[in-house]
Amino acid sequence: MARFFAKRILQAVPLLFGIATLTFFIIHLAPGDPMDMYLEPRMQRQMDPEVIELIRQKYGLDQPVHVQYVKWLGNLAQGDLGESFRHRRPVASLIAERVPYTLQLAILALLFDALVGIALGIFSAVKQYSLVDKGVTVGSLVIYSVPGFWLALMLVIVFSVNLGWFPTSQTRSLDYEFLSLAGKIGDRLWHLVLPVFVLGVAQAAGTARYMRNRLLEVLSEEYVVAARARGLRERTVILKHALRNAMIPILTIYGMSLPFLLGGAVLIEKVFAWPGLGLLGVEAVGGRDYPVIMATMMMGAVLVILGNLMADVTYAIVDPRISLDGKKRTA
Amino acid sequence: MARNARRKRPVRSANPGANPPAGTGGAASAVQAAAPDPALRPFALVPGLAHLMLGRRRRGFHLLFFTLFLLLVVVVRWRAFTDGFSSPALDEWIATRFILTALAACVLFSFLDVHRLTSEQLDAAAAIAKGKSPFRVAIRRFGENKLAVAALYLIVLFYLVAILAPLLAPYDPAAIENPTETQYLGPSLQHLFGTDEFGRDLFSRAVFGARVSLAVGLLAVLVAVTFGTVFGSLAGYFGGVLDNVLMRIVDVIIAIPTFFLLLTLVGVFEANLLALVLILGFTSWTGTARFIRGEILSLKEREFIEAARAIGLPHRLVIFRHLIPNALAPVLVSAALMVGGMIGAEAGLSFLGIGIRPPTPSWGNMMSGGQDALLTYWWIALFPGLLLSSTILAFNLLADGLRDALDPKTLMRRYV
Amino acid sequence: MALLRVEELATYFFLDEGELRAVDDVTFEVNEGETVALVGESGCGKTIVAMSILDLVPWPGQIVRGKILFRHEDLRRVTREKLRQSRGGEIGMVFQEPGAALNPVYPIGRQMSEVLQLHRGMSRHEADREAVRVLGGVGIPEPEKRVNAYPFELSGGMRQRAVIAIATCTRPRLLIADEPTTALDVTVQAEILDLMRHLQAQYNMATLLITHDLGVVAEMAQRMLVMYTGKLFELGRTQDLFDDPKHPYTQGLLHSVPRLGAGRDDPLTGIPGAVPDLLQLPGGCTFHPRCKLSDEECVDEFPSMRTLPYGRVCACYKVKDR
Repeated sequence: MARFFAKRILQAVPLLFGIATLTFFIIHLAPGDPMDMYLEPRMQRQMDPEVIELIRQKYGLDQPVHVQYVKWLGNLAQGDLGESFRHRRPVASLIAERVPYTLQLAILALLFDALVGIALGIFSAVKQYSLVDKGVTVGSLVIYSVPGFWLALMLVIVFSVNLGWFPTSQTRSLDYEFLSLAGKIGDRLWHLVLPVFVLGVAQAAGTARYMRNRLLEVLSEEYVVAARARGLRERTVILKHALRNAMIPILTIYGMSLPFLLGGAVLIEKVFAWPGLGLLGVEAVGGRDYPVIMATMMMGAVLVILGNLMADVTYAIVDPRISLDGKKRTA
Repeated sequence: MARNARRKRPVRSANPGANPPAGTGGAASAVQAAAPDPALRPFALVPGLAHLMLGRRRRGFHLLFFTLFLLLVVVVRWRAFTDGFSSPALDEWIATRFILTALAACVLFSFLDVHRLTSEQLDAAAAIAKGKSPFRVAIRRFGENKLAVAALYLIVLFYLVAILAPLLAPYDPAAIENPTETQYLGPSLQHLFGTDEFGRDLFSRAVFGARVSLAVGLLAVLVAVTFGTVFGSLAGYFGGVLDNVLMRIVDVIIAIPTFFLLLTLVGVFEANLLALVLILGFTSWTGTARFIRGEILSLKEREFIEAARAIGLPHRLVIFRHLIPNALAPVLVSAALMVGGMIGAEAGLSFLGIGIRPPTPSWGNMMSGGQDALLTYWWIALFPGLLLSSTILAFNLLADGLRDALDPKTLMRRYV
Repeated sequence: MALLRVEELATYFFLDEGELRAVDDVTFEVNEGETVALVGESGCGKTIVAMSILDLVPWPGQIVRGKILFRHEDLRRVTREKLRQSRGGEIGMVFQEPGAALNPVYPIGRQMSEVLQLHRGMSRHEADREAVRVLGGVGIPEPEKRVNAYPFELSGGMRQRAVIAIATCTRPRLLIADEPTTALDVTVQAEILDLMRHLQAQYNMATLLITHDLGVVAEMAQRMLVMYTGKLFELGRTQDLFDDPKHPYTQGLLHSVPRLGAGRDDPLTGIPGAVPDLLQLPGGCTFHPRCKLSDEECVDEFPSMRTLPYGRVCACYKVKDR
């Protein structure tokens, strides 16, 4: 187990290195003075050119790109992500503040996805060609096709603005500070309902479709026929024999869906003014806060890599044929 | 899905003509049923009419529908049409000439096709052989999938709207006149989709916005598929170091949440339409590349490739000749799916205010005004979103239909 | 008296391309403790007969008519619950691919104790212990260890032993074995057949043995049925059919297998032509295009069953009742 994790972390290093390199060059290929990375252009104009030159030297911007690159990588390796010039704070602390918000959203959305998507998929497959099945297949495709941010806007218009059931945005009510602990948790959940639903429902639509097809495939496998031939109850055949086999590839899908979930969260966070990683990224792009842009990209990638790692571990637990090193063992 | 659903009604397949079975006689009887009568030829001047009389209902209906649609545009927007004809603007020139060319093409095709159908007595054996070619089978299956055909209709309709935008839009989409009077008007007969904070007609903006969404979607997918195919083929064919390098690049791109990457690239480069297309393409080629690479690697392993090599055929030729038919269907399906994704991504970026920038209207940036206004004046976001959703849905349905039509697994015979 | 009597069974598949008659008008009996072989080329509907008995015909297939009388009760008319109890309880089934018939993600012991709990009302603990015993009984070495083995950890022969163990752990009256040895190595085949014979004697169990291997038939079955294109062609005692095949198809089948002791005057001939597409069956006797005896009589209508001495039945115009 320990060896497996060590190996995976070692494997992730070159990947992170590649991502860092890509990020660095995207920013450096950007039109304009690289000095902008360290100081906002607006401020530069008001300053003495000599001072700017000094700053340039201080940050090593007078040196060739490859030297800057190596230096930046060195800082990165030490965990130094630079300083946001919008917030005037180290980027690392900014990120640390935002990540929990994104994770709350993403984890709850995944949970919603898993519960609703898998349940609907099973139901749809078991009752193939029934009205429910048709509803699920068509409905899931429709939901899947609707852009999340627009669905979010529409739900806010209906449920928040007109019906007043949920808050329109933000993470907490004005009286949050005066609430008891239970009240605080309730308040947070109340604010989470719409964003989680919007983020989760699109995922659930995809999961339901995939689950349905997968389960139908498994239900035609011989071991399912064999299980029926042994007189097992239909419920046992489906929930025990077919489901576990159908679930295995779903886990990989979950691992891979993380980038989409985090990406989708960008727009949802914007609509709900939810202060997560995505909103930080949007603000940083809007304000040309380069160190923050680079850091959010890196952070997003780290979350994705961790997600994949988790998916692989669960995969190995669920499928006895798969060992942790990812090899498929067959007789 | 649709194919399986059809199995449930065995009775239908007994009905000849309506659902020609793949067995003997199906295709042949359909040809014979349409007794070729050259006297029908003049009716072909109204596109589709002669086809309907010949019993070619599907083709006749399609032709008639599009001809009527184009004529309807000309009649209803007669003023705009005649004005557009003399207008020096390129958009108008294209739109008016397009209508005329398309109408002419409909008539010409209808006439030639009817001529062909009525003149030559198709050889029954040839007709069966033709009806059984994989391409024909796929087209027939696609045609039987009503949802997919409807989706294709919607897509074609949207593209027509995009091309004919200058004729269809009742107002100038960018005109800002006296905003205090026309600002935030709800949907009415004057302004079908209402107006925005500058008093611009949202229907006209939506019509012009279709151009951006549809063009970006299609072009970006073209870029992605081309890029992916080239890189995947290079990696798979040459292998070794090149393969390693290319696949590590793919790993890196996949590891970054796509929308983060898009956001950064588009934001940092302050992309215009062309750059947006390139960036969208650049972030989405990885799937195609992986697939093509896998196909080539598995082809390399196959025995017939070895055999081809043994008899001295160039290896490369055989691989690529077999690659294209094998890979075409999945690539086509994934491309249709990608178009929907691209249109959604463009809308998202424009919604954030960093994609297509005003005053050029796009379905996404129509919703990018102040959040308070969007929440108060519901029509601003409702209509562009509906258009957006139905376009993406149509592409997804199209992809589903293509997948079903091109699925090589036809019969379930495992237990028989 | 018959343990199982299948009467005029017909199972069709409703496909896009038309109606596929996988089993058409098949009638036969299996008596207590007896082994009956069901023989025919692949794709002749043997497996569908087995599937029909247990009402497990895969969609879009459907039993369209016929009776399946098991201990005088029509399995097509009993309640679903009763049918479910018969499956695995009184009728066990063994499949061709032991790898495919076992669920890959559960240990074999679990898959057996599940059946024991269900049909023999054992507790989980008892069932687990019984599973070890049963696995040992079918000749799996170190059963205490192997109960926890996953299917992929066993060899093909061991897997088939496990499948047979699961099918017989409830001591069924009837075992349906669908090509139980086809996927196995020759040396293992003999062991599996031995095992089946042993279990059959132990539990006084009848067996419906589906196979295309005439060697297996000769070794195992008291009576045999010959099927072709979903139809029953000939039925009778194995010895009689081997000694004096009446139906031209049975003759062809027997002549395409090398036999020890056959002289030069008895060459291997085989049957000309190929099995027709079940969707486009020839009219009349479905065998007539390949039959050397066929004439105009055979073209119009499928021959009715002729009854011959010793419970023998044959469907051919060229076989005259004697």
